[in-house]
Amino acid sequence: MNAPLNPAASGAAAPREEGAAARRLSFILVFAPFALWIALVILVPQLNLFFLSLREKVGPQVYALGPRNYTELFGESVYVLTLVRTVVMSLLATFATLIIGFPIAYYIAKIARGRARTMLFMSCLLPFWVSELVRVFGWMLILRETGLLSRLLQGLGLVDGPVELLYNDVAVMVGLIYTSMLFMVVPLVSTLDSLDDALVEAGYDLGGNGFVVLWEIVIPHAKPGIVAGAIIVFMLNLGNYLTPTLLGGKNSQWFTAQIYSQFITRFNWESGSAFGFVLLVTSSLIVWLALRASGQTLSGTIGKG
Amino acid sequence: MRDVKGIIVGLLASVMLTAAVPARAETLRLLTWGDYAPEAVIKKFKDATGIDVEVTISNNEDMISKLRATGGAGFDLAQPSQDRILGPQTDFSIYKPMDLSKIKAELFLPELLDASKKNTAIDGKVYGVAHLWGTSGLVVDARKAPDIKSFLDLCKSEYKGRVSMRLKRPALLGMAFALGEDPFAAYGDKAKYQAIIDKAGAALAACKANVKAYWSGSDDLLNMIRSGEVVAAEAWDSTGFKLNAENPDINFVAPSAGALGWIDTFALPAKGKNDDAAYKWINFVMQPEIAAMIVDSAGSFSASKGSDQFVSPKLRAAFQQAFPPEVIAKIKWFPAVPAGLEEMEGKVLDKVAAGN
Repeated sequence: MNAPLNPAASGAAAPREEGAAARRLSFILVFAPFALWIALVILVPQLNLFFLSLREKVGPQVYALGPRNYTELFGESVYVLTLVRTVVMSLLATFATLIIGFPIAYYIAKIARGRARTMLFMSCLLPFWVSELVRVFGWMLILRETGLLSRLLQGLGLVDGPVELLYNDVAVMVGLIYTSMLFMVVPLVSTLDSLDDALVEAGYDLGGNGFVVLWEIVIPHAKPGIVAGAIIVFMLNLGNYLTPTLLGGKNSQWFTAQIYSQFITRFNWESGSAFGFVLLVTSSLIVWLALRASGQTLSGTIGKG
Repeated sequence: MRDVKGIIVGLLASVMLTAAVPARAETLRLLTWGDYAPEAVIKKFKDATGIDVEVTISNNEDMISKLRATGGAGFDLAQPSQDRILGPQTDFSIYKPMDLSKIKAELFLPELLDASKKNTAIDGKVYGVAHLWGTSGLVVDARKAPDIKSFLDLCKSEYKGRVSMRLKRPALLGMAFALGEDPFAAYGDKAKYQAIIDKAGAALAACKANVKAYWSGSDDLLNMIRSGEVVAAEAWDSTGFKLNAENPDINFVAPSAGALGWIDTFALPAKGKNDDAAYKWINFVMQPEIAAMIVDSAGSFSASKGSDQFVSPKLRAAFQQAFPPEVIAKIKWFPAVPAGLEEMEGKVLDKVAAGN
């Protein structure tokens, strides 16, 4: 790098080239783990899945290329309904998580101070110290017919016999909100944190009431956090398998359960791959639509959050 | 420099040592059902042969999935039901033929061994030999649901929200038999079979209001019946016998149309690496005393000759109550499933699962 400025041209070019080569090498070395990760863990399996989804079974061990797995999926109303149901329920759960998470995040970011703030944050994090399975079983113990809540209601004389609170859509919602709350609260806290208190005060000084301040100042400022949190929570809900399967029971089949059953129970990898691909495309499409509608970009939300 | 050399030598030596350990202790990788390889039996086998047994707990569909994923590698011995060998073997080539000369045929009940040999034969080669057998039918709490005798009784309105099933082929076929059809006779005729399972699927869908939750592993079901939340279920006899030991009111009831009989086998995965150990395990667990230990743990019955003398009296009593000779005579044994049928069943079951 510190080559003298005046020697023969050939002498000057060599070190500069060397420097460029070293830079290129260090770039490759730094980039390699990321590139390998993207290629081996994301790109190759997805491509493999895509090719698998285009294989039609003709006979034992004989396959041909074709779109039959997709036409079968869309030709069978049961599968389409499950997909629509899963998307709608995921959106509802995401919205509910936002409604519940926003005040919590606001309290943590703006009102709580010092130890209380740390404690509150920890209490959001604490459930994640045990696995999702254990958390869901916890809910099952509370909601089942012979469970805590049913006994409590009977003890208080509010109901006559045991009540079944498990195996319905509400139970699934409760489970999903509980599971993904943290992923909404964290991005919200980080954007709300950067909101200058003076702006809120100015809003009140200029005659705004609580609602106007919230709508005109707090929410626009928190928008990147809201969108980031909503995207993460929506993806988590849509791809969740355990919670809907264990809490939902017979009438609330999730699309992931369909994928599982195609792969594992029916060992029909071809149609399972098609199902997986449809889910991937659907979720990407919905996230894209949401970003367009909210005027945000992926780099401005998730990238920052 | 000497230090560095010393470190390298030390490292190399330790690497070689760790690499040498698995080579010294021989292992058998067994893909089987829950309770089919109890700890005590594994320990006895290790004492007798020096071979470690690594157990992976599975079920019929999962076994096929696992072996399909690797083309039959990763395990040395699997235990699919005899009717689930022909189809998957035709589709995916996941097993290899058995060398019957390495199996001590005198340890087996001849009729079960012959049946399994016949049902798992492809092009004259045998792919499975019988291990345990049992049936699918009803588990009923006789005090709370005294009149349940058939699959159709599970759908009676007074049991709304009080029954359970496993949404797999035994429920579908059990329902077909209860409706007076004979799905096994239609195995060779796809159009007729489709009509039968469509009809059975519609009956299962109509029955859905009665189902509290579909069970998937026997522990789910045990939980629901023990707590009294479920009073009758489509289930395996072994679950019924297990509950009978805790509460004499509950037992297995063979449906009036006949219980559905299955035989779980020993089969060699196509790329298994330790066939010798697999044959040793088969011949070891088929000895009457050892077989009885497995029967006590699994609650299913063994193809081992003479094992019934060593089975615990409690289990024998539950069996005799559930299976008088006329019920045994009525058992409908699952014939080998031809390739392609399971896809048809899968679609019908998906519709039942997703419908409201």
